Amino acid sequence: MTLRAYRDLTGADASRVGEQIDAQRAQLAERLASVRWVVAVMSGKGGVGKSHITGLLARGAAASLSNGVGVLDADLASPTVAHMLGADGRLVATEAGVTPVLGANGVRVASSAFLLADDAPLRFREPNGERWIWRGTLEAGVLRDFLTGIRWGTLDLLLVDLPPGPGGVTDLAHLLPAVDGVVAVTIPSEESRRSVARTATTAREAGLRILGVVENMAGYACAACGVPGPLFPGDAGRRLASAFDVPLLGRVPFRPPDAPDATDRDAEALTERLLGVLA
Amino acid sequence: MKFLCMECDEQMHFAERREPGDGTFTASFVCPRCGRAIAMLANPMESQLVGSLGVKIGGETLDDPEPLEFVRAHVEGADPALTGGTVGRSPTPPDHLASRQRPAWSPAAMARLDRVPGFVRGMVKRIYGEYATERGIPEITPEIMDRARVELGLEGM
Repeated sequence: MTLRAYRDLTGADASRVGEQIDAQRAQLAERLASVRWVVAVMSGKGGVGKSHITGLLARGAAASLSNGVGVLDADLASPTVAHMLGADGRLVATEAGVTPVLGANGVRVASSAFLLADDAPLRFREPNGERWIWRGTLEAGVLRDFLTGIRWGTLDLLLVDLPPGPGGVTDLAHLLPAVDGVVAVTIPSEESRRSVARTATTAREAGLRILGVVENMAGYACAACGVPGPLFPGDAGRRLASAFDVPLLGRVPFRPPDAPDATDRDAEALTERLLGVLA
Repeated sequence: MKFLCMECDEQMHFAERREPGDGTFTASFVCPRCGRAIAMLANPMESQLVGSLGVKIGGETLDDPEPLEFVRAHVEGADPALTGGTVGRSPTPPDHLASRQRPAWSPAAMARLDRVPGFVRGMVKRIYGEYATERGIPEITPEIMDRARVELGLEGM
């Protein structure tokens, strides 16, 4: 009786795991072949308004591009961008597949929010012990499923709203090698600058192109006239753009609800600069 | 993973994959020379490890996977939401069902289930499963499926 090594058996692995993973990648490439640009929006820390900026970019792009804009909310555990875009509904499987939910300006949105009850957290069906072993794999699997299983259709731009921190950036780089670049979102503070710099460095090391920096909450817009006054100290946006040799795509002030609505102007200005970099 | 029939020094062929429903899976392999069969039984953690990669023992995902199959399999509440049920409904069975053993599927019943369009297969499987569980039926066979179709008005499933 002999006991041979794995490679001594020349027959295929019964489960063809390698082929299955290749098939996943091929399906992903096929589904995104009709998408002109895939752009991720990242930040170093939470609370800087990354999803708000994603929403502005989506609205602005949908108003100026003719072939459609999509948003994938990759912040699975804390999905917010769908609500910001006014996308309210659910993902339903039909014979034609799963279609995204429409938001403002016809933006096509996919989010875990469409699968969860109000205020319910995202729960995976994993065994209770050692969740940390497969949490990352499960999250990557859900993102891959959203990218390949959703019928995005023809799009000029697909924005991916990443969770804060470097983990989402590296996951995306491995999952989606064809991503066209990332937009870094910061607030003016030094703390945010340091945090975004670390994440941007991670993005570069993962081979992702940094398309530019957006400084959010760059001042507080006057409720009467809309002119921004000071809010946070610092100029993280300019410094990050300089350090990474990328354009500062915009400085967006915080606009209180009673200030003159300039959302469309903010969206238009940001989008124009982003599309200029992509073109 | 490969399996070797040591008697014949021959690589065994994958034969069948079963999910009894308790979080485990069973894969059987057969020696093409002597016909000896073995079964590999994976515990829930091992099943999870394979499942989290989005691959299946036996390579089933190569053929026309269901839309958002991974999401349905791993995110609580996603399957009923996607198939038109209540968004975020817990997949946990009602209390009166939880203590009962979930039924097994016979090979013939599984083959029949495989002919159901992929996008509703999960829902159909769950309906038959709940039907059998409520009645204490240990194994779902084509005959049980026929009976359920008549009693539940599931013509076409």
